[in-house]
Amino acid sequence: MMEIGLNHYLVLSTILFAIGLIGVMRRKNLLMLFFATEILLNSVNISFAAISHYYGDLTGQMFAFFVIAIAASEVAVGLGLLIVWHKSHNNIDLEQMSTMRG
Amino acid sequence: MFEAIAFYLFAFLTIVMFFITVTTAQALYALTALAAGMIFISAFFFILGADFLGAVQIVVYSGAVMALYAFGMMFFDTTRDLKEKKGNKFIIVGLSTLAAVLVVIIFAAPMVTNNITALYPIAEGVGNTQAVGVVLFTKYLIPFEVAAVMLLVAMIAGIVLAGKKMDLSLTEMSDAEIRDMRKEKNKKVLS
Repeated sequence: MMEIGLNHYLVLSTILFAIGLIGVMRRKNLLMLFFATEILLNSVNISFAAISHYYGDLTGQMFAFFVIAIAASEVAVGLGLLIVWHKSHNNIDLEQMSTMRG
Repeated sequence: MFEAIAFYLFAFLTIVMFFITVTTAQALYALTALAAGMIFISAFFFILGADFLGAVQIVVYSGAVMALYAFGMMFFDTTRDLKEKKGNKFIIVGLSTLAAVLVVIIFAAPMVTNNITALYPIAEGVGNTQAVGVVLFTKYLIPFEVAAVMLLVAMIAGIVLAGKKMDLSLTEMSDAEIRDMRKEKNKKVLS
């Protein structure tokens, strides 16, 4: 109980990932959806860093860096698209973004 | 002992903060809770000895990403309450938990067989930042450059998408002008 092992971090990562997925599934607002995506990426980062520490290998940390870089670029492009959508439709609800439905 | 206390404290705080993020009905609360959760996550990186990753986490997430979200939220009407999807809660929670457990199993499956050998072992006697730098600029140089190009592409995309018509201010225009502008834009889209 008092000795923190790899399993503790993996369980924490699971809990955070589940919270992020709940957010993805129940949010209608696209901005809130982006927040939930950030939670997902961060929970995976925790398990990368933990595995890197407990196996003495730096590869996990490297992957965590690239995940952070991808998250940053995702935010930049996503917010740009969101602003364009909001300018023309005046809302950012997911329900109204079904114009491409066949 | 202290490691255990720190782990449980920050685990509790992170879970609470992210739970607030996904459940609150106000966008501003969600943003603040997310920023706090990001900082608490960097504590795990410091506990795990990944000092540089923790510093990057604070700088990138609570510095750059949160500032970007805060700027973005100025464009949207964040004062009204957010609408939620109406669905079966048990299905949502069940599916989420199942997917999360699946991810952890994918991570843990190679480790159970115990045939992992460290490809780039952490060198003795050097700090974490130095070790990260050595591995990043030797073994991971090409992914690093590709990530740099990707960030450049994202920056240009952000400027092009959000910077359009930034010289016009919707608050200073009259309603008729805004209507004309919208109509003109629709015509352009339709033609």
